[in-house]
Amino acid sequence: MKNTESSLKRFGQYALRHWQLYLMVSLPVIVLFIFAYAPMYGVILAFKNYQVSKGIWGSPWAENCGMNNFIRFFNNYNFKECLGNTLILSFYSMLVSIPTAILLALSLNYAKNLRFRKTVQMVSYCPYFISTVVFVGIINLLMDTRIGVIGKFVYEKFGVSVLGSAGLFPSLYVWSGVWQGVGFGSIIYIAALAGVDMEQHEAAIIDGATLLQRIKYVDIPAILPTVVIMLILNMGSVLNIGYEKVLAMQNQNNVSASEVITTYAYKVSLVSTFPDYSYSTAIGLFQSLIGLVLILVTNKIADKLTGNGFL
Amino acid sequence: MNKKISQDKVVYFINYILLALLLVIELYPLIYIVSCSFSSGDALMAGRVRFLPVAPTLDSYKAVFEYSSIWVGYSNSLLYTLVGTFISITLTLFAAYPLSRDDFKGKKILMGIFLFTMMFSGGLIPSYLLVKNLGLIDTMWAIILPGSVSAYNVIVARTYFKQTIPKELLEAAQMDGCEDFKFFKSIVIPLSTPIIAVLCLWTAVGIWNSYFNPMIYINDEAKFPLQLVLRRILLLSQVNLSKGNVDPMVIQKNMYLSEMLKYGTIIISTLPLMIIYPFIQKYFVKGVMVGSVKG
Repeated sequence: MKNTESSLKRFGQYALRHWQLYLMVSLPVIVLFIFAYAPMYGVILAFKNYQVSKGIWGSPWAENCGMNNFIRFFNNYNFKECLGNTLILSFYSMLVSIPTAILLALSLNYAKNLRFRKTVQMVSYCPYFISTVVFVGIINLLMDTRIGVIGKFVYEKFGVSVLGSAGLFPSLYVWSGVWQGVGFGSIIYIAALAGVDMEQHEAAIIDGATLLQRIKYVDIPAILPTVVIMLILNMGSVLNIGYEKVLAMQNQNNVSASEVITTYAYKVSLVSTFPDYSYSTAIGLFQSLIGLVLILVTNKIADKLTGNGFL
Repeated sequence: MNKKISQDKVVYFINYILLALLLVIELYPLIYIVSCSFSSGDALMAGRVRFLPVAPTLDSYKAVFEYSSIWVGYSNSLLYTLVGTFISITLTLFAAYPLSRDDFKGKKILMGIFLFTMMFSGGLIPSYLLVKNLGLIDTMWAIILPGSVSAYNVIVARTYFKQTIPKELLEAAQMDGCEDFKFFKSIVIPLSTPIIAVLCLWTAVGIWNSYFNPMIYINDEAKFPLQLVLRRILLLSQVNLSKGNVDPMVIQKNMYLSEMLKYGTIIISTLPLMIIYPFIQKYFVKGVMVGSVKG
């Protein structure tokens, strides 16, 4: 008892002397409470039947002990499709983007001509700064069956419209993402490779190791912790993929492959003529919770396996 | 031994070829779009542009300059980006500095408050209703405030402060009776210009390029940021050139123009970033590296 009292007193003294620090940090904390934590309170909407006139708190609770919106989502014929599309896009994307970024980093690491190396780096970072809207605009123009240079070629050769095909959508999404992000994604691995001990390489050369062997036995193990961290960070957003880009790329023809959970939640609420806010909130909450669980579980596993947990 | 050396040589050679290939793949779409923007409408509509401009003209740029909503969007975006970046960076630094101090009491709890926002969020509708209830719809604050404090940026800045501000400096300043805020303002900020530059650029590019939040929060066309205007032109093909004209010749010409307008707008809207990009490139790289250090 006395202990807590004295520590409280010490804290008081400290806070009094350093009140300016607390004043500083209070501003961003207030903003967070308003714009990040207040919406978290708003998730109770998911358990209600929202009526605009009654507000969040006054609206009646949903049927089935408040779980009705979730039950409706799980039973909806869109649920399987949305979940499937989301998982396909995010795992496909992860499986391609991480290895290509590592490959580029390794390639650049062994390109001896410095000027060439710098040029490749600079050009490959460049598309990263193009906005989603412009980027999707570029894809649409390139892939147009009538006027686009690639789309026209594919259409004439194989008779497929790249933009109008649901089957091609995941690949178009993922590989255009690689085009835009591989350079920027490689930076972190280049940094990790720069930290590799040169003596290990020298020792390996003396032992007669080839370049590929050195990459396999020296470089890869050295960047593994970075890969694990990137994997964890990616896992947390498995259900929360780049919906801005998906939404921008969506059209009537590819919607069966491009409807993901977030775009569906957006459509039933803010686009629909009969907006269903509670239903959309329930979908969003489902997504956030899965994300939270995934990030915690991957972190735990990574921690157990390699001692490289992030949190 | 000899065999191994020659194998390495082959690997190096293949490596160069792969990188050159990547260079071509990255550059080709960009060059293609630039070439299209300088080509004539006929050549574009017939899909005759492959690599270099066909029948070069400046018509698409003329169309862009005459399309007034693009310039309204441009100036709106400029305003939102400047104000938004300033607010966001101020808040980020205000959070990061106290959290970087070893002696700061309550650090753990506060850090937890920031970190949790990275893992969980209220979602689309609760955020939308909040912004709506605060009366921020159709104001620039709806675009600026909700994302202004990013936990990730706070961690990056905090890590940088921890690494670069010597403890002895703080002790010496405290001996001389320097108060915390004065120390922050006159010592910490000047010593941290590289990381502030990085955060400014990240934030500015983020606001300049965002379209989803403006799309749900801004309905008034006079307040559209550039990306929403571009969305109309590029993705929805809603271009208003005809103004009720029914002359088939004019309609035909306008159809060409609206297609050419797309290429011109892509170039004009991306140009500012591409011009400053070579100068800021190294800062971006540095920022990613600081961010990769465990918080």
